Amino acid sequence: MSPLLSARDLTKSYGVQPALRGVDLDLHEGEIVAVRGRSGCGKSTLLHCLSGILRPDGGQVHFRGDRLDDTSEAYRSELRRTRFGVLLQHGHLISELTSAENVALPLMLGGGSRRAALAAAATWLGRLGVAEAAEQTPGQLSGGQLQRVALARAMVTQPAVLFADEPTGALDTLAGELVMKLLGRVAREQGTAVVVVTHDATIAAYAEREIVLLDGRLDPTGLGVAVAVGA
Amino acid sequence: MSASYVLLGLLARGPKHGYELKQAYDQRLPRAKPLAFGQVYSTLGRLERDGLVTQAGQDQAGGPERTTFAITGDGRATLETWLAEVEAPAPYVTSALLSKVVVALLVADPARATTYLSAQQQAHTGRMRELTRLKSEQDLTVGDLIAVDYALTHLDADLRWLQTALHRVADLHREVQS
Ligand SMILES: Nc1ncnc2c1ncn2[C@@H]1O[C@H](COP(=O)(O)OP(=O)(O)OP(=O)(O)O)[C@@H](O)[C@H]1O
Ligand SMILES: [Mg+2]
Repeated sequence: MSPLLSARDLTKSYGVQPALRGVDLDLHEGEIVAVRGRSGCGKSTLLHCLSGILRPDGGQVHFRGDRLDDTSEAYRSELRRTRFGVLLQHGHLISELTSAENVALPLMLGGGSRRAALAAAATWLGRLGVAEAAEQTPGQLSGGQLQRVALARAMVTQPAVLFADEPTGALDTLAGELVMKLLGRVAREQGTAVVVVTHDATIAAYAEREIVLLDGRLDPTGLGVAVAVGA
Repeated sequence: MSASYVLLGLLARGPKHGYELKQAYDQRLPRAKPLAFGQVYSTLGRLERDGLVTQAGQDQAGGPERTTFAITGDGRATLETWLAEVEAPAPYVTSALLSKVVVALLVADPARATTYLSAQQQAHTGRMRELTRLKSEQDLTVGDLIAVDYALTHLDADLRWLQTALHRVADLHREVQS
C-alpha cells in the first residue's frame, strides 16, 4: 500500500539555525505515529512542514501521491481546511467565539450550514468530554478544556491526516487516555492517519510506532540523545 | 508477606472458602503473580493458627466438601494496623535497571552503552505499548485497569529517569568539552 503522506529528505532552517537536517517519513492510512525528542530537536518544525504550514528549504512532501511542498499557499491552506486536521502546540481559538462556534468554524468555512456545523461541533465536544464548555468563550476555559476544544476543531472535518502537537500536555492522565483512545478509534474506523508529538511515553504508547528526532535528524537509536559516558 | 493481608482483606467482605479466595485474589490483582492453591491453604493455615481467621462451616454445594473461613476480630485489627502503615516510598532505589545504567555510563564505551540503552528503552517502550493495547480491550474490570496503570506508570517512570540521566551526562560532557 502506498503511503498516504510521505516526506523525503526534509530540511528547514530559521536564518542560520538549522531545525531539520534531512528527515524521511512515510505515513499510512489508519496509522498513529508518535514523534518524540528533546525540546528544540525539530518536532514542531517537522509537523509544520508535513502539514504545509511551512515550506521546507529542501526535500519533498507528497500527499496521496501529489507533491505538496512546492504548491501555493492558497492550495496548501485549502488542503489544511479540507484534508488535514492541525492542532498546533500554541494553537489559538478565536476569543470572540464560543467553543461550539470555534469548532464549527472549519465546517462553515467549507460551506456547511451553521446548524449542521454546530451539531457536529457538539458531537466532538461531547466525545472529548468538554460538552459543558460549548457555550463558553476561550477566556473562560481551563487549559485542559482549551486543549480539547482545539482538538475538536481539528477533528470536526474528519481529516485524512491529523497533526497534533502535544495534544495532551495540559491534560491529566484520564483525560489524556480519553483523547488517545478517541484518536485510536478515529484511526481504526475512519482510516485517519495521526501524527502526534509528545514528550509523554504513556501517550506515545498508543502509537504503533514512534520516530525520535535528535538535532533535526531521525535518531535510529530511539534515545534522542548522543550517549556520553564516563560521568 | 502481603498475600496474607490480601486474603484477610477479601475475607473482611464476608466468609469464603479457599477456591473462592484464590479466584477473588486473581481477579483483584490481575497479572500479579497468580496465587497457587497450595499457597492459599498454607496461608489460611497460618492465619488460623494465629487466630486471625476461623473455620466457619462447610460448604458442599454440588462439589467436594469445602471449609469456609471467616475473619476474626483479631484479624480485622491486624488488617487495620497493616493498612495504617505507610509503605517506604523508595522501593526502586535498588533496582537492577539503575545499577546497569549507572555501570553502562561509567565504564562502557559510548557505542556499547548506546546499544544497551537503546535496546533497554525499546524493551520498556514495547511493553508499554502491549499494556496500552490491553487497556483498550472491552472487558477489562476496574481491577484489571488499576493493575495495568500501575505497571504502565512504573515503566514510564523508568523511561523518564533514563532520559533525564542520559541528558544530564550528555550536557555535562558537552560542558567539559567546551
Ligand atoms: N520561528 C522560529 N524562528 C527561529 N528559530 C526557530 C523558530 N521556530 C523554531 N526555531 C528553532 O528551531 C529549532 C527547532 O524548533 P522546534 O519548535 O521545531 O522544536 P521542538 O522539537 O518542537 O521543541 P519543543 O519540544 O520545545 O516544542 C529550535 O532550535 C528552535 O529554537
Ligand atoms: Mg514544539
